[in-house]
Amino acid sequence: MSLEPSQALPRAATQLRVNGTVHPISLDRDRSLLYVLREELGLTGTKYGCGEGECGACKVLIDGVAVRSCVTPVGEVVGRSITTIEGLAEGDRLHPVQQAFIDEGAFQCGFCTPGMILASVSLLARNPRPSEGEIRAAMDGNLCRCGGYLRIFQAIRRAAQLPEKVDGGAP
Amino acid sequence: MSAREGVRPFDLLTPAERDYFGRFGNGLVVVLPAQRPSTSDWGRGGPPHGGAWIHVGQDGKVRAFTGKVEVGQGTRTALSLLVAEELRLPISLVELTMGDTDVCPWDMGTYGSRSMPDAAQHLRLTGAATRNVLVEIAAAQLGVPPGDVELSEGRAQSKGPRGAKPIGYGDLVRGLRRLETVPTSTQPIPPPEWTRAGHPMVDIGSREVVTGARQYTSDLHPPGMLHGKVLFAPSYGSKLLRVDLSRAQALPGVTVVREGDFVGVAAPDPPTAQAAVKALRADWETSPQPSEKDIVDYLRQHPAEGEDFWDVLHHKSGDVDAALASAPISLHETYTTAYIAHVPLETHAVLASWEGERLTVAMGSQTPFPARDALADALGLHESNVHIVVPPTGAGFGGKHAAELAMAAARLAKASGRPVRIVYTREEEFTHAYFRPMSVIDVRSGAGKDGGITAWEFHNLNGGSAAARLPYRVANQKIDNQSTDSPLPQGPYRALAATANNFARESHMDELAARVGADPVEYRLRHLADDRLAAVLRAVAARAGWVPRTGSTAHFRDGRGRGIAVGLEKGGRVATFAEVRVGSDRRLEVLHLVTGLECGAIVHPSNLRNQVAGGTVMAIGGALFEAIHFEHGRILNPKLSEYPVPRFHDVPPIDVILLDRPDLPSQGAGETPLIAVAPAIANAIFDATGQRLRSLPLVPEGTVP
Ligand code: FES
Ligand code: FES
Repeated sequence: MSLEPSQALPRAATQLRVNGTVHPISLDRDRSLLYVLREELGLTGTKYGCGEGECGACKVLIDGVAVRSCVTPVGEVVGRSITTIEGLAEGDRLHPVQQAFIDEGAFQCGFCTPGMILASVSLLARNPRPSEGEIRAAMDGNLCRCGGYLRIFQAIRRAAQLPEKVDGGAP
Repeated sequence: MSAREGVRPFDLLTPAERDYFGRFGNGLVVVLPAQRPSTSDWGRGGPPHGGAWIHVGQDGKVRAFTGKVEVGQGTRTALSLLVAEELRLPISLVELTMGDTDVCPWDMGTYGSRSMPDAAQHLRLTGAATRNVLVEIAAAQLGVPPGDVELSEGRAQSKGPRGAKPIGYGDLVRGLRRLETVPTSTQPIPPPEWTRAGHPMVDIGSREVVTGARQYTSDLHPPGMLHGKVLFAPSYGSKLLRVDLSRAQALPGVTVVREGDFVGVAAPDPPTAQAAVKALRADWETSPQPSEKDIVDYLRQHPAEGEDFWDVLHHKSGDVDAALASAPISLHETYTTAYIAHVPLETHAVLASWEGERLTVAMGSQTPFPARDALADALGLHESNVHIVVPPTGAGFGGKHAAELAMAAARLAKASGRPVRIVYTREEEFTHAYFRPMSVIDVRSGAGKDGGITAWEFHNLNGGSAAARLPYRVANQKIDNQSTDSPLPQGPYRALAATANNFARESHMDELAARVGADPVEYRLRHLADDRLAAVLRAVAARAGWVPRTGSTAHFRDGRGRGIAVGLEKGGRVATFAEVRVGSDRRLEVLHLVTGLECGAIVHPSNLRNQVAGGTVMAIGGALFEAIHFEHGRILNPKLSEYPVPRFHDVPPIDVILLDRPDLPSQGAGETPLIAVAPAIANAIFDATGQRLRSLPLVPEGTVP
């Protein structure tokens, strides 16, 4: 997927559209989107887990598609619509995937959860009723060191309104 | 975080000296004094620790305090639930403070699965005593005998038809400054009578987790904060000879500190901190270090004197040598487990700030009180001048015990006059934390013609003694362990020695069963000395649809194999069943796991299932492919791309069976579920291929050799 900016912006006037708000940023175009979100915009819901694209803790939505922000230079997403975990709920109303993660108790330490939720949202947006294999494949780039995969799997199925499976059903 | 000078941490004062009411307002406080540690659990005692206290405030809130911390294992909810249970009020009115060294009881640390047996018991007792005092106050206010007072939903009421208006707890304690100690006769509510605990519920703080609002240490950013970075040696065993600080010091906004061997920098942003460390010119003297390929010999040649951080076990019964010499069947095998990394998803993070002479450190520590004491010691401060708080933590798994990073941040904060945060990069996390120790385990056994085991000699080198004792009846035993001079830094790890010892023992049991032509389940049951463990084994075998087999008959059905293993650790009993397939390309696929656990009375079933499933998943990594590779004092794979941990595609269907025993005290369950996974898989591989793998990880390349 190409993430070239739709229009080239002059360096001094760079803005980033995050969660519906436009933020001026001091742009070094090569700096990672993760860095800008966390250190410049204070949006700390997006997590650092590895910095090399392996864990998925840093995922955000770019025009609705989950992307690893640690390996995305910020220059590539100027002009795009960025959603972080902080921007997913509508006011007090949680996104159905967020609610499903709560209902299934799909986390322990919770550090992987923002990335997991955004990856799930991205999956369900393009595939509302994913098969077990499709869930596994789509989520394989997201690590949960606490080993919560079974619950996460159940949460995605719940959000997709697929029938519940007891432990042992999957993945 | 409040770092006020003149604050005296509660654990350093007698209960009467503590300013409970000044800090939390008028009301009722009930204190369970610290306890002597039980030496059987800890080997060498230690200062009094644990205990608990509860404050009931005029706002109707119940504040409970424990020295344990939450590092992602779900104890906050379980413990809050127990307090809510004892005090008969909604959990939303319970505020549990964990591991804050200013206001919590001194505690050795959150490890060894002690949160449930210790902290839970202490909070239940304190809660029960608090309830009794509330009943007494309510009886006086309602003008009825205490036996006629009923507490529910945070209110007191008199029983019976003429019941007056209920009085909220806040009103009961209005204007009071009453301090009580838990009487020895206090009886907590027995688990079979629980109405809140023991039932499924949503974890506290869930909304913050799913909205990204939960602030971990690595997310904290007070005004003026600088980013710290430590200069690390290029390899283990290196000594700093010289360092030139001038180029780093010349960078704008950068503070450089050198104190003895410590060199670190603090800078306004992480890239500048990185540049500053790069600008340090350091000369190191390296020393020869063993490499992975020689490690077993190296450990055998470098036994260390004395104890490590774990107990040393020397267990002997009967005459092992004589029994081995006369046994018609005997086996002698060696099993090894690799050094592995904890890989918490949140790397180590600390934030240090000073107010005058008082230091406050926020850190994801599993041992805040020992960390406080170590910091005070290293910095020449009185303990009163160090305050540790433990924000939510992106897991620990035993890897977050050390205080060095806090020391570094404290020094940088002092020198710069600003708060300093240090967050490890993933590579630093891999290289400068510590590892799960490697184990080399020698097992010699003897059996009679009927298969009955007569002799068992078990020796663990470097890996510790936990779970090394036999749950089986064997007349002649010798079980011990030996520390070594490990070339890699090593330390606590979730279920560390138990995983290794259980792997060796349960693999060896399987080898014996095969040798004598016995069914692995029947063979274990025949020797098991523990009825509770036998019950778990039976339950797991039944769920798995175990088909009894004899010795060597079951191999080679289209590459499928089934294995089983048991374990007893930290008071919990576990059995794991594994089914695998080894393809014609030798690729291993784990098809199905069943883990059964019995850990006494179940407090928070949904969290317990999560812990058991999560522990099983974590154990798959160490069983199949996790290993730290090293050469000449350097880690060769310090990245997630080079050190795989279990992902979605590694996780087979997992059945979790929980055996509830409300008649028995609750035991921790964070570790026990891990320990039977590796041997169950190894035994299944043997069943599938006839090949016995005796080293963890079993299939580092994914294929059975
Ligand atoms: S931090 Fe981006 S994938 Fe790990
Ligand atoms: S819940 Fe801890 S990493 Fe997923």
